[in-house]
Amino acid sequence: MNRKVMIPIASIIVFIGFLLLKFDFEAVDSSQALWDAFIVTAGGFLTLMIFSFLYRDNPFYKFAEHLYVGVSAAYWMCVGFWSNIVQQAIPHLSPWLSEALDQPFLGYKWDYWIPIAFGLLLLTRLLPDSLKIGWLSKWTLAFIVASTAGLLMTANLKANFISQISSTMSLPLLPDWTGFGDFVSNFDLSYGGQFIKMLSNWVIVVGVISGLVYFFFSKEHTGWFGRVSRLGIWVLMVTFGASFGYTVMGRVSLLVGRLTFLFRDWAGIIS
Amino acid sequence: MKRQIPLALVFIFGWLMLALYFIPLEGAQKVNENMLDWTSIIGIFALALGIWSLITVNLDRIKHKKRDWQYSFITLFGLFGMIIFGLKFGGENSMFQGQESYMFRHFFNDILIPIYSTMFSLLAFFIASAAYRAFRARSALASILLIGAIIVMIRFFPFVAEYTRPVADWILNVPNLAAKRAIWMGVGLGIVATGLKVILGIERAYMGRD
Repeated sequence: MNRKVMIPIASIIVFIGFLLLKFDFEAVDSSQALWDAFIVTAGGFLTLMIFSFLYRDNPFYKFAEHLYVGVSAAYWMCVGFWSNIVQQAIPHLSPWLSEALDQPFLGYKWDYWIPIAFGLLLLTRLLPDSLKIGWLSKWTLAFIVASTAGLLMTANLKANFISQISSTMSLPLLPDWTGFGDFVSNFDLSYGGQFIKMLSNWVIVVGVISGLVYFFFSKEHTGWFGRVSRLGIWVLMVTFGASFGYTVMGRVSLLVGRLTFLFRDWAGIIS
Repeated sequence: MKRQIPLALVFIFGWLMLALYFIPLEGAQKVNENMLDWTSIIGIFALALGIWSLITVNLDRIKHKKRDWQYSFITLFGLFGMIIFGLKFGGENSMFQGQESYMFRHFFNDILIPIYSTMFSLLAFFIASAAYRAFRARSALASILLIGAIIVMIRFFPFVAEYTRPVADWILNVPNLAAKRAIWMGVGLGIVATGLKVILGIERAYMGRD
């Protein structure tokens, strides 16, 4: 037997071995116990399959990857269908459909036929080219693009622009200031101390302004403008470093979670 | 017809969405909410289009025996398996209870989540190897990047966290916040400019070439 046959057969044997290990022979409902054992074993195997990519791209990884694509597409489709079509649209469209899908009828809202019509227009892309009506789907695209653009413009202008400017400019540059004498006599370098608070607010204001100057390309970055822009790069570099470190630790945390699942919940090696 | 109507729709609905935000009347807010519902309902049709595309691509790969065509069966198996368990029929005792069904929840918890989180945890290895190659203190700027990353990373080490946490928290809450605010402001302005270009019909890439 060659490797291509041996490896899948060996994998199936190991899988069945783990399935038997996880099977609760004392359970009252044996079919339920078998399914529970299968699902835990499958979770462990899929985790190992993905980890196998660390060695190189291989059939086990491809198996898990392709399964993930199919399952996740269907998952989001089902969740979207039940929450947006069945629970949101149907109760306003038809009492008969609402009853058939166990939903309370909430009264007619004729405007809900508009998204259904737009949705059906979008599906005209699936019709044969010979019918020459696929271009109607662009009406739906136009609606989606327009509503997204309109929505994002106002939301971003408020959250990303006005709020950020107001949060930056409303920072007190001399927080809790009661005079130079008090500042000197109560001087401390702790994290919540007045000096650090003051320093932090200055760093934020200067950092935001210098960062903005760096992104302003309508003026040449020379002279004092260039020096402020250079400071902006320094602030950006600290941010990129911090973001990188934070991302790494986030991934490490996920890795620890998966290893805990493998060694504790699945293999039972650690308690 | 093919180009003018979509452009007109973009202009009308774009301005309408903008205007509704600024009109402080209850009726206007209701229309705004309804239009958001419309978008999410249309989104499901778009998802269906994507699913159809996934099915045809995979069937085509199987039909023409393209590279790794065998794995298309796995994708289709996962897709249809999940869709079938996501259906609702057969009464209260049936195993097909839509989102509430036992199998549907277990497919999500025990197949989707392990693969998803393991894929992301794999990045820990790749990001570490990339950092080893890229993080060389060749210049002052590279050194700042390196030091910032190291301080934030060792914040999570239990042995030294007591000492490094205040510094790491300060970096995350102060210079990090400052640069991010500058970036967000740029992004905010960029989105407004792009939105205006779309609504005024200057940007038409979404309509394709034909």
